[in-house]
Amino acid sequence: MAFRQFGAAAAVALTLALGATPAQAVIEIQWWHAMTGGNNEVVNKLAADFNASQSEYRVIPSYKGSYPDTMNAGIAAFRAGNAPHIIQVFEVGTATMMSATGAIKPVYQLMKDAGEPFDPKNYLPAITGYYSTSKGDMLSFPFNSSSMVMWINKDELKKAGVAEIPKTWPEVFDAAKKLKAAGHTTCGFSNAWATWANIEQFSAWHNLPIGTKANGLDGFDTVLNFNGPLQVRHLQNLINLQKDKTYDYSGRGNASEARFGSGECAIFLTSSGYYGTVKGIAKFDYTSAPMPYYPDAAGAPQNSIIGGASLWVMGGKKPEEYKGIAKFFSFLSDTDRQVYLHEESGYLPITKAAYAKTKADGFYEKNPVLETPLKELTNKEPTENSRGLRFGNMVQMRDIWAEEIEAALAGQKTAQAALDAAVARGNAMLRTFEKTAK
Amino acid sequence: MEKSVVFNNKLLPYLLLTPQLIITFLFFYWPASQAFWQSFLREDAFGLSSEFIGLENYQALLAQPEYYKAMLTTLIFSTLVAALSLSIALLFATQADRNLKAAPVYKTLMIWPYAVAPAIAGVLWIFMFHPSLGTLARPLRWMGFDWNPLLNGNHAMTLVVMAAVWKQIAYNFLFFLAGLQSIPKSVLEAGAIDGAGPMRRFWTIVFPLLSPTTFFLLVVNIVYVFFDTFGIIDAVTEGGPAGATTTMVYKVYADGRLGGDLGSSAAQSVVLMVIVIALTAIQFRYVERRVQY
Repeated sequence: MAFRQFGAAAAVALTLALGATPAQAVIEIQWWHAMTGGNNEVVNKLAADFNASQSEYRVIPSYKGSYPDTMNAGIAAFRAGNAPHIIQVFEVGTATMMSATGAIKPVYQLMKDAGEPFDPKNYLPAITGYYSTSKGDMLSFPFNSSSMVMWINKDELKKAGVAEIPKTWPEVFDAAKKLKAAGHTTCGFSNAWATWANIEQFSAWHNLPIGTKANGLDGFDTVLNFNGPLQVRHLQNLINLQKDKTYDYSGRGNASEARFGSGECAIFLTSSGYYGTVKGIAKFDYTSAPMPYYPDAAGAPQNSIIGGASLWVMGGKKPEEYKGIAKFFSFLSDTDRQVYLHEESGYLPITKAAYAKTKADGFYEKNPVLETPLKELTNKEPTENSRGLRFGNMVQMRDIWAEEIEAALAGQKTAQAALDAAVARGNAMLRTFEKTAK
Repeated sequence: MEKSVVFNNKLLPYLLLTPQLIITFLFFYWPASQAFWQSFLREDAFGLSSEFIGLENYQALLAQPEYYKAMLTTLIFSTLVAALSLSIALLFATQADRNLKAAPVYKTLMIWPYAVAPAIAGVLWIFMFHPSLGTLARPLRWMGFDWNPLLNGNHAMTLVVMAAVWKQIAYNFLFFLAGLQSIPKSVLEAGAIDGAGPMRRFWTIVFPLLSPTTFFLLVVNIVYVFFDTFGIIDAVTEGGPAGATTTMVYKVYADGRLGGDLGSSAAQSVVLMVIVIALTAIQFRYVERRVQY
């Protein structure tokens, strides 16, 4: 008896549920991303908010692993003929993506076709420049952007008798020696992202080229040339300081960021996006400062370049799906939403309006840490050397550069020999890439 | 009268072989032939353009000093892992092959690491031996030993060898133990009565009788170090520092997946395949002669 009642109830519920589905199907937009932890929640919330704001489109985010994993998953899916609509690709994958004409739909084209209001001038040029053609056409949509800053453990600096936060490299070396004498025997200072810090950001910050053709932005026939005197001098300084751990190498990625959070390294260069982690774990007074520079280098400091990732739209989808993606990008560009994202995740706002509003609200007076990367990025009008960089095979190229830096720091090579080898091996890869990219 | 069933159907043996053949074709010959074909092409990552370039991928590969370095690294790595995991597993198996009270517990604990995925194994070892975060690396450093796998290639190699050996011991242990248990006790007792000590009994009786197992494990272990250790290397060192732990299979991954250079990656797979086939052939031709079944 009870069973029959249950069965009847279930049948009624089913009929109601079926009747409740809308007549016209919702257009689904697949979004593959690489965000973990708190940032994963931000992604899910953005999708949920967008889905709630209208009924025509439904954005479905899926986590696909690390940045390289996500990019490879997208490429493999494209080859198999079922690519997602939107894919999050880290900044070093930019050249690979943009060379794949036909596989991608440039964002400026997307917005124009969809008739969505879109003015590239509303976005911060330091950020969108990285993802635009030399003519200023935006190819992908910046999502999470950061820059490199110097994280400072103020308590430890005070204990070691360093009165002021160091501004130049010689000052950093002095401070590190004092820190070492005061008990930081395993690490005076260090950095994550070995090549991003010591080659890419270092060159841009000192207005030195990494490669010809505006670091590859103006063409795939770019040739690497970051083995100049100042880069060699800096690496040689690091080699000398590595010997007694006044500087201590921390690997290629950011796994060693914990050395700052644990208090082991009191001066540590890494992404400004580290804010999301450090605010929760640091048991000491910390701040972020602009990257150091060599005071005798003409024009330094210039401006820093961004890191992070952008959203690429894949090609070969239906017009109505593109319309939905365009609406989603407008939704993401909304000033209040950008302000929220910035203050919550620590990633940079992408529109000028959002930056101005955060500033006007007085947010940076309470959180100066978050303004450091913005000040670096907008420090000066970007030059050919500091707009960004675009090299094919950049994902693997970073590993090759890191190999040479490691060989130098281990005492197997001189700074000059290591950077010469990094340039030569990188150029060989660029020529292979150029042949396929055409 | 002899009782035996005879199938006269000529097709039946082939029919029974079919499932196995289909699987071998789908999961071995098909991908292998694809890799072979790919190694003559130059293609972009998305497969939008593709060009036949003959042997250019192979020429470029053999002109790379890094490739020879990877070969040498592979030789060192595989010798160390195979030798250590086989000998340690044999030692453990002989210890477990006794009438101990806790033997089942001991055996179960020994087999556990085999269930751990290579990448997870790698992460476990990183937790212990990361120079500044590792729980075991800190005491090492504190004692004044400058442990630094991030910069010192020998330290990094030690670390991946330890992780790879640890992971493989369980498998070898299992087979050695089974092999030991199938050795007739009467033979050993006869040896003991004739006055042979434990060491002599081991080397003159147990070890030769165990040779089929050892030979099988040697082949399996070579294949393991050549291919399966990739996950450990990726998780622990990413082939670094300065390429000190970049084995041939890791380079296949780095060039193909990270570098998007599928042609070179395929050429390397073909070279790797040829080497492993040759190694296995040599083992069957020369080592197997000394095996006593």
